[in-house]
Amino acid sequence: MQNVRELMIKKAGEMLSSGEVYGVLAWERGDFACDQTPALFTSPESLSRLAYDEFTAPMLSKYLINEAKKPNEGKKVMVFLKPCDTYNFGHLLSEHKVERDRVYAVGVACSGIFSREKTLLEKCLACKGMEFHHCDEVIGGEGKITWDKLDRFAGVEMIESMTPSERFEFWRGELSRCIRCNACRNVCPVCSCVKCVFDNPGSGVMSKSNADEFEENMFHIIRAFHVAGRCTDCGECSRVCPRNIPLHLLNRKFIKDVNALFGPYQAGASLDDASPLTSYSVNDPEPGYKDKAKGGERVA
Amino acid sequence: MPVESAFQPKIAAFCCNWCSYAGADLAGSSRLSYPADVKIIRVPCSCRVNPLFILRAFQRGADGVIICGCHPGDCHYTSGNYFARRRAALLFSMLDYLGVESGRTRVEWVSAAEGQKFAATMNDFAKTVASLGKCRRIGDLRCRTSES
Ligand code: SF4
Ligand code: FES
Repeated sequence: MQNVRELMIKKAGEMLSSGEVYGVLAWERGDFACDQTPALFTSPESLSRLAYDEFTAPMLSKYLINEAKKPNEGKKVMVFLKPCDTYNFGHLLSEHKVERDRVYAVGVACSGIFSREKTLLEKCLACKGMEFHHCDEVIGGEGKITWDKLDRFAGVEMIESMTPSERFEFWRGELSRCIRCNACRNVCPVCSCVKCVFDNPGSGVMSKSNADEFEENMFHIIRAFHVAGRCTDCGECSRVCPRNIPLHLLNRKFIKDVNALFGPYQAGASLDDASPLTSYSVNDPEPGYKDKAKGGERVA
Repeated sequence: MPVESAFQPKIAAFCCNWCSYAGADLAGSSRLSYPADVKIIRVPCSCRVNPLFILRAFQRGADGVIICGCHPGDCHYTSGNYFARRRAALLFSMLDYLGVESGRTRVEWVSAAEGQKFAATMNDFAKTVASLGKCRRIGDLRCRTSES
C-alpha cells in the first residue's frame, strides 16, 4: 500500500504541475484513528498530506458530481477509484450525472479495507471482484482477494427462510434503531438526485427531517426502492450507518430479485445496458407467480 | 343470514382507466357481486401507480392492495403495464421480505370485457386477504404502535 501511495502522489503531482487537471480528489488523514477522509488537492506541495492505506474506506465518485461541474477553465479533475467505486463511477456516467471528459479517472489497487476494530469490512468480505471499469489508467495493478469470500446473498437467503412474522420482527428491530441522520442517503453515489423526495425545504434548517409520519415509517423502503436496479452494492450505506442497520440486506434483496426475475445485472459495469426498471421484456414473469406461463402456482 | 361480525378486509384496488375500470363497470352493470370493501382507485394506467401509493395504502389501513391493468400488450399507452409489472414484482417481493405476506398484494390483468373476471378476482383476493387478517405491519415498521 505504501508503494501504491507513493505512485499515487507521483502521478497526482505530474498531473497538477502540467496543469492537465485543476485538482485531485483523494484522501487525507482524518480526525480519528484509522480514519482517512476525502480531500481535494489543488497544489503539488499539498500532496504530502495524501493518505492511502487499508483503512481508506470512503468512495470518491460521488464528489465528482459537483467537482466535474465546476468551470475551472474546462480543466479536468483527477480522481482515485477503488475497484468497487469504478462501478459507481460507471453508474454516474450512465445517468449523465458526471461528464466523462471532465474526469481523469485513476484506478488504485485495493487489498481489502479494515474497520477501526481491524476486521475486514462486510462489503469487502463479499467483494464483487478487483477489476477496474471505465478508468483512464490503473495504479498498482489488479489486487487479489486473499480471504474467504462470503456469498453476498447468504444474509438475504437467511431472512427469506424465516416466517413473515419473524421477518417483520427482525426488520422492526433493525429499523426502529434508525435516527434518520440521512448518512445512508448522503453517502450513496446512486442517491444523488438534485431534488430528493426526502427534501423538506419548508422546515427551515432541517431540510431533510421527516415531513410526516409516513416518511418516518417508510424511509427505508423508499430509499431502497429508489436505488433498486441502480444500486451497485458498494456497501457504503451499511458502513456509515451509526446505528449499524444492515441496509445492504435491503439492497441485496432487490439485486437478488432483479437477477432472478429479469436476468443477471450489475449496475455500473456497462454504460449501455438499460437499467432493469427503465426497461422491460414482454416475457417478464408475472408478479407473485412462480411461473405463470408454465401453469405455476401463486406463491402466497 | 350473513354473519355480521366476520372480518371484512379493506382492499385498495388500483384500476387503470382504459381496461380494468371499465371491467369493474361491466361487473357492476352485469350485477355480479364483489366485496363492498374493495375500494377502487382509478388511475390513467397501471404504471401510474407509484410504489409510494401502495405503501401509503397499507399505512392508511388497507389489508391488501391489488393493481389491475390492461393485459400485457394491450396497454392504452403501449408499454405502461410492462413497466408496472417489473416494479410491482420487485416491490411486492420486498414487502414480503419485510413481513407483509405475499397474499396481500396482487397484480391482475383485467380487460374492459372481463366483468366476470373482475368480480371473481376481487372475491378471491378478498378471501385470501381475509384469511390473513388485519395488516398493521407496514404502518408499524418503526415501532409506532405495538402490533396487537
Ligand atoms: S444511516 Fe442509519 S441511522 Fe442514519 S438514516 Fe440511514 S439507516 Fe437511519
Ligand atoms: S392503460 Fe391500462 S395498463 Fe396502461
